[in-house]
Amino acid sequence: MVAVYGDDHVDSGRPGFFTRWFYSTNHKDIGTLYLVFAIISGLIGGYLSLMMRLELAEPGVQIFESEHQYNVFISMHGLIMIFFMVMPALIGGFGNWFVPIMIGAPDMAFPRMNNLSFWLLPVALVCLLISFFVQGDASGNGFGGGWVMYPPLSTSGSPGPAFDFVIIGLLAAGFSSIFGAINFITTILNMRAPGMTMHKMPLFAWGVLVTAFLLLLALPVLAASLFMLFTDRIPGGTGFFDPAMGGDPVMFQHLFWFFGHPEVYIMILPAFGIISHVVSTFSRKPIFGYLGMAYAMVAIGVVGFIVWAHHMYTVGMNVNLKAYFMAATLVIAVPTGIKIFSWLATMWGGSIRFTIPMLWAQAFIFLFVIGGVTGVVLANAGVDSALHDTYYVVAHFHYVLSMGAVFGIFCGFYYWFGKMSGLQYNKWLATIHFWFSFVGVNLIFFPQHFLGMQGMPRRYIDYPDAFSLWNKVSSYGSYVTLIGTLFFFVMLIEAYISRRRVSDNYWGEGATTLEWTLSSPPPFHQFDTLPRIGRDDHH
Amino acid sequence: MHLPKIASSTAVTGLTGSMSAAARAAEPVDGGIGFQEAVTPVMEKLTWFHNWMLMPIITGIVLLVLALIIYIMVRFNEKANPQPSKTSHNTLIEVIWTVIPVIILLVMIVPSMRLLYFQDALPETEMTIKATGNTWNWEYSYIDHENIDSFVSSMLEERTDAEAEGKPYLLGTDFPLVVPSGTRVKVLVTSNNNLHSFAVPAFGIKIDAIPGRINETWFEVFEGREGTYYGQCSELCGVRHAYMPIEIRVVTRDAFADWVANDGAFTTTVATNTSGGQTAAQQ
Repeated sequence: MVAVYGDDHVDSGRPGFFTRWFYSTNHKDIGTLYLVFAIISGLIGGYLSLMMRLELAEPGVQIFESEHQYNVFISMHGLIMIFFMVMPALIGGFGNWFVPIMIGAPDMAFPRMNNLSFWLLPVALVCLLISFFVQGDASGNGFGGGWVMYPPLSTSGSPGPAFDFVIIGLLAAGFSSIFGAINFITTILNMRAPGMTMHKMPLFAWGVLVTAFLLLLALPVLAASLFMLFTDRIPGGTGFFDPAMGGDPVMFQHLFWFFGHPEVYIMILPAFGIISHVVSTFSRKPIFGYLGMAYAMVAIGVVGFIVWAHHMYTVGMNVNLKAYFMAATLVIAVPTGIKIFSWLATMWGGSIRFTIPMLWAQAFIFLFVIGGVTGVVLANAGVDSALHDTYYVVAHFHYVLSMGAVFGIFCGFYYWFGKMSGLQYNKWLATIHFWFSFVGVNLIFFPQHFLGMQGMPRRYIDYPDAFSLWNKVSSYGSYVTLIGTLFFFVMLIEAYISRRRVSDNYWGEGATTLEWTLSSPPPFHQFDTLPRIGRDDHH
Repeated sequence: MHLPKIASSTAVTGLTGSMSAAARAAEPVDGGIGFQEAVTPVMEKLTWFHNWMLMPIITGIVLLVLALIIYIMVRFNEKANPQPSKTSHNTLIEVIWTVIPVIILLVMIVPSMRLLYFQDALPETEMTIKATGNTWNWEYSYIDHENIDSFVSSMLEERTDAEAEGKPYLLGTDFPLVVPSGTRVKVLVTSNNNLHSFAVPAFGIKIDAIPGRINETWFEVFEGREGTYYGQCSELCGVRHAYMPIEIRVVTRDAFADWVANDGAFTTTVATNTSGGQTAAQQ
């Protein structure tokens, strides 16, 4: 989505193509790069999952050359979707584009570091892609140890260089995120326009701020545990996770999930912010309970750091520890409930227009509730001994990510596409995209609850005949989703060919944040004169 | 590692006869949407808590939100309500939707904790078995029965082999773990190499097999629920992760005593299907 800057917006030294897109320090151009990157990664990750669903459509091994290759696909699907699709789209893409504009800043605090943040990512992705083609273990190429990378499967179990490439790639992606987080925190805390107090700040900026703190605190832990895996893998190296050398594999799981649980909130909090703006805009009402919404995100972020071992109920923890992690996990349902009910209350009494972004937002609210309540089920440590590592878990986290974070991304995309590109998309193509995606993802993931209840474990290339029906339904769902995704690209191409222009504030009265005061697309540099936020302006 | 003793055909006891005829007791059903049937106290309590506590609560919440969304779409769309209200605060309702979820969670957490502690606190057990995860099969030892050699239980590799024995393919093994019903059995679980997880859905147990650690859990199959139960490795353990099922043959206490007296002999018909030998040799 290359922004088409009108000639009337030419200002201070707009650079040539190469300088603009490769040396870019402009937050909007970097945001665009992130979004293009996320779309490419999404295609790769989506291809991996489509192959998995084709394989699982019926019992037997039919698509994959080997079981190892299947394990490689599941591992890489997870890593690529998380680190290279959702995070770049929500934080790098929309965060870069709209956080400075929403708080009335001319750009990010550290524009050159912003450039570094982005360009580390393609390097990281290339490392991950290389890993597909180099030796993983004795049975084939690529790393097949799951996105969680538990040792000993990721140390002695994957002796080849494939996993080393994964480690290097994830370290690069991790540093990219840490630099980005520093940039966002500095920008939001220091560069708000006059009158833009923290308590007037748009909720998307709040979401990105909380996310940035989570990144800053969680990713160094991931980096450390990846380093430990790396040195454990060196022959004659360390033995942090090797019981033969006095280490403990469970220690890695604690470190990983200390990062991994905040990570899931990293993926959803910016989406929460987007949904809030969309719901408010198309209800033509201010956000209900703004402060509760902002501090609910802060609460989710804080509590998100003290619940990690609910991913590890079956490792043989002390029962009192399990009881603690269960109680702490259930607490998260409260701030999440506040958000859901506040969105409903924002719509209550509103004058709702069912535009494309609003469709995605409504679907988000409903499907996120489904993913949320299955999370409450899984939080119960006793019940988890039946559901842990089954397809129920797969269904749960895809409801909150595939239909939470990804619906949030599409919601934001359709909300801001005109603002970013200056162009109007075709409503019918976008509607078809929405409905195929909505029906498709539910067909994929709802039956997986049933598979999990019946006991089908995750990460299985083949399954007993008794799991046939729901797997078949689930695979049909992925074909439906594929059709929807094709319409997304048709919609994009059509918009760029037709080049219908949009106005500055094409959503009208309900859209009140600062990006709607600028042209569509915004000038190369905005806010040469800082906007002033009045006492009575609401968020 | 030892292969189990194989009884000569003349020494087929009543137990082995009943073993080959054992009905499938609980296993996944195609199109099934709930838990497998519970045959232990833990799974019975777990199923009750899930089906009669959690499910009503979460279904109620989802339906409530759905109803509100539909009502809002009908009542507050542009046509029905052209003039939006400007309400953005209502302290009372915000307190209500914070407090009510807290109350629901408090109501839920009490039976949940009870289940957790019931499941986790090991009662006095009458016998102990040890399950060791290998790449990629399970090795079972009868700690209390010195005359029974530990043996490897491998998946029946070919669909035809499984069907010949009347076992579901990818769940059936060559040598099942044999345990008595009405007996509290302690299970020790560990691993020789990668992580694995010892899981039997109908028993409500799932506990990771971790090298350098010995985890424990327990089960007691109700009397009258003798039969064959299946589980599958539930922690990614490498290439053949999908191919190391757990098959448990639950027999009456008397039949089990006979089996032990017979040094844990399996019938020749069962023993000839040692097609898992190839994977065992990889260690």
